[in-house]
Amino acid sequence: MQEAGSKTIVAGLLLALLALGLVLVPVAAAEDTIKIGGIFAVTGRASFLGDPEKKSMELFAEMVNAAGGIDGMKVETVIYDTEADPTKAVSFANRLINQDKVVAIVGPSTTPTSMAVIPIVEKAKIPFISCAAGNKITNPVKPYVFKTAQSDVLAVKSIYVYMEKHGIKKVGILCVDNGFGQSGREQLKEQASAHGITVVADETFGAKDTDMVSQLTKIRGAKPDAIICWGTNPGPAIVAKNAQVMKIGIPLYMSHGVASPKFIELAGDAAEGIILPAGPIAVADLLPEGNPQKPVLLDYIKRFNEKYGSGVSGFGGYAWDGMKILDRAIPGTGQDKKKIRDNIENIKGLVGVSGTFNFSPEEHNGLGDDSFVMVRIQNGTWALVD
Amino acid sequence: MQEFLQYLFSGITNGAIYAVIALGFSTLYSATDLINFAQGEFVMLGALLLMTLWTQVSMPLWAAFPLAVLLVAAVGMVFDRVAIKTVKKPSPILLVLITVGASILFRGGAMLLWGKHSYSVPAFSSISAVEIGGAYLFPQSLWILGVVLVLVAGLNLFYHRTLTGKAMQAVAINKQAAELLGVASRKMTLLAWGLAAGLGAVAGVIISPITMSAYDMGTMLGLKGFCAAMLGGLGNFWGAVVGGVLLGLTEAMGVGYVSSSLKDAIAFLLLLLILYAKPTGILGKASSHRF
Amino acid sequence: MADKKERSGSPGQEPPEPVPAGATPRRAGLGQRLLPYAGYLVVTAGLCAYGLWADNYYYTQLLTFIGIHTLLAVGLNMVMGYAGQISLGHAAFFGLGAYTTGALTVHLSWPPLAALPAALAVPALVAFIVGMPTLKLHGYYLGMGTLGFGMIIHILFREWTALTGGPNGLVGIPVLSAGPVSLAGGKTYLFLVWGAVLLSFGMCSRIVHSRVGRALSAIHFSEQAAAAVGVDTMRAKLEVFVFSAALAALAGFLYAHMVTFISPSSFSFLVSIRIVAMVVIGGMASIWGSLFGAGLLTLLPEWLHVFSEYEVMIYGLVLVVVMIFFPQGLTRGVLDAYERARRRKTGAGPSA
Repeated sequence: MQEAGSKTIVAGLLLALLALGLVLVPVAAAEDTIKIGGIFAVTGRASFLGDPEKKSMELFAEMVNAAGGIDGMKVETVIYDTEADPTKAVSFANRLINQDKVVAIVGPSTTPTSMAVIPIVEKAKIPFISCAAGNKITNPVKPYVFKTAQSDVLAVKSIYVYMEKHGIKKVGILCVDNGFGQSGREQLKEQASAHGITVVADETFGAKDTDMVSQLTKIRGAKPDAIICWGTNPGPAIVAKNAQVMKIGIPLYMSHGVASPKFIELAGDAAEGIILPAGPIAVADLLPEGNPQKPVLLDYIKRFNEKYGSGVSGFGGYAWDGMKILDRAIPGTGQDKKKIRDNIENIKGLVGVSGTFNFSPEEHNGLGDDSFVMVRIQNGTWALVD
Repeated sequence: MQEFLQYLFSGITNGAIYAVIALGFSTLYSATDLINFAQGEFVMLGALLLMTLWTQVSMPLWAAFPLAVLLVAAVGMVFDRVAIKTVKKPSPILLVLITVGASILFRGGAMLLWGKHSYSVPAFSSISAVEIGGAYLFPQSLWILGVVLVLVAGLNLFYHRTLTGKAMQAVAINKQAAELLGVASRKMTLLAWGLAAGLGAVAGVIISPITMSAYDMGTMLGLKGFCAAMLGGLGNFWGAVVGGVLLGLTEAMGVGYVSSSLKDAIAFLLLLLILYAKPTGILGKASSHRF
Repeated sequence: MADKKERSGSPGQEPPEPVPAGATPRRAGLGQRLLPYAGYLVVTAGLCAYGLWADNYYYTQLLTFIGIHTLLAVGLNMVMGYAGQISLGHAAFFGLGAYTTGALTVHLSWPPLAALPAALAVPALVAFIVGMPTLKLHGYYLGMGTLGFGMIIHILFREWTALTGGPNGLVGIPVLSAGPVSLAGGKTYLFLVWGAVLLSFGMCSRIVHSRVGRALSAIHFSEQAAAAVGVDTMRAKLEVFVFSAALAALAGFLYAHMVTFISPSSFSFLVSIRIVAMVVIGGMASIWGSLFGAGLLTLLPEWLHVFSEYEVMIYGLVLVVVMIFFPQGLTRGVLDAYERARRRKTGAGPSA
């Protein structure tokens, strides 16, 4: 009986602790602010996306507040770290909606976390701007779901259009075995025939693999005209280094996932000659005067580097654009979520970091072909090609 | 033939790395009966420390390499004293969780210290690749093989020719008996931790020019090294070497002749196979006693 | 060098604590035997009532996650706590349950309830097939065998794109509905999940106090001894392993239809470790411990969020510190503290 008695006490204690624990989950103080939620993979394997996204979102809020806020109210950001885990993303999305009472959500950084959150935001009817690339986030269109990252469809199209122009017929593809690589791989295989291109070798590598010599050797055996490597740092840098040492002698193409100075730093002189589609941010300096995006990009780069020193990339731009869209959509709505959503859908010609956004009821990504330019790495920097 | 040779070179290079990590596992296991899930983090620490000392502090390589290894060895010994020694009744489950917790701790710490991005270091020597039959042997592969050979020879000498090494073996064979003979087993345990952590760091140092170093590079390398140790026979010196090279070769050939999408599965399939067929590993003695 | 070793038994053989008190063969009175069940009922009802009272979808959903994690932890506790067998691949069964129902409902448009039997049977069958060779191993070797199995299943989820949707996950899993009644609402689902938890508590409690349960404790204490007195150790271990896989699969089923999206990262090695941590931190061989461990580890990230970048480090630190100072888990720690306080108060007997 003694044992049972003490067990009951423990049970009661645990119950009390759990209840207390829930109460203890801190509630952000209700003030006269406009609360915008952010969920990014700030740490973990997708932190290369989430970290600059979080910084950019905070930076934008600071900028808006310095200029007096929206409708005279300060913008407050509430940001959580998903670690790229869908379960955490779901939990934090619910927390943002029900606990923090935000008016809109920016993020998450990856396609799986975005897909996991979509049913929740749709049910809660809260404007949601994803920062992930996956095409299926906004295709088919869902009323409250938007996204700012360029779709893989456009990146692949840019590469293939360029290849078609330069007479490349056979490609070998080498994709990282995560979500980014999977989307790219699907698009590379799907769009190839439309441009008269055949995929003669199709290999993958692990995001944490230490060398890709075997995959490259196998691809070389299939004798392609070009190799396309689809991944994000550091994998593609290893591929570039391996290919250099192996004297592979086949032109190397990469994805927009490595369109940052970090890649050139990692791959060193092995990066020379690699061709890739880049968001305009990589080549902001090279854009002609009068290009509407140029001042936007230079302003973003300047602000980011002033605050954080370095690490500016197109990824942070996804969250920056998300905030910019909200900054355009929220004024005058009295924080009514339905009105914010309607305003977003009507945004036309908004110049952001990733491109010019033109939303419509049928198009919730809103970026056109101009969101990518083809660049070659030359003398440790980017050069436009056509 | 050209392709086969290229797979062979790649397999042996990676295998040598796995072997060094596996040696770390085995050294610790034979001395303390413990599997350290933070072994991969020692690899990561070694790689990142080398990067800092060599490319940021601009130390010469000959000084940065040993210093990085010594620092990580010290981390290992401190970890033994602070965490492992304080456990009163160690059971495998408990130790697995403590070392897993420690690996998360190390990873988190490294993330704060070095940030979330990757770093690259140049090859140890800037000679170009050696061409053999159309395949290229990376100069860094020669470095890796050289270091591994020196390590294996050195450890062998240490275990068989020095008093400390023999004492360590004695503890591994029978702790109580060794203590009766005047071997300070606690000191030996501490030494084994230093040695294991140092071996992990060596793996990290020699691999860093081939791959990129980042705070989260250790987990998979640790698990692969662990599979290699199991494959050869846990706690078996030569087993770790054989298991490592075998795993590296199987992976390279698997990618080349089967499919690259199954690369990571190979290590774990081999692990299951060996566990089902001969849990003591390829070089382990079949023993009904321990299983 | 290691093969010269003469050691009796692998490190896994040492039982971390004496045979659980609940497993004493003494026949107790009816009231006393029903007491634990009443306790489970009260606690489950209490948590549900709290969810109702709080009237905040975020709380409801956290409580639902705690329920799902409790199912995972209590199942693994049967294998680890009661039978003393390490499993570092439990997320595989969680995932198999989720992906079985996911594939059936998405690709073949089965109604979720029709997929439930398959979602339980497939992982149970896999557990049976894998368990036969794997459960022959002991200690670390068993841990590694289950780890390897978990990794392979995880890679399968990632690479079998046609069936699983690959790394980007499986989209469009329907919400649960019984005929025309949708169970999608936060609170309905909360009751459903905690109903399942209550059921699992009842089943586990029955098993622990049954012949099988006593066989398991005997195996935990010494497998050789158990075999010597006629316990079919392999069969007992296999039975509890399959049972625990089915519970994990049930958790996977409930998870899949709650989130309506699954991807491989929800069933990775670290998830397996997290389930083990729930069992060990809560307390081995304790049903209450599983509940507590699951609750604590589900809420921990919500609290640690304030530390932002330091969160990862602190999470690791908490794990290490709890394991060092409460090797028997927090529940046992609290019980011991209570016992000490009680003894001091009555002044009877030496303090433990």
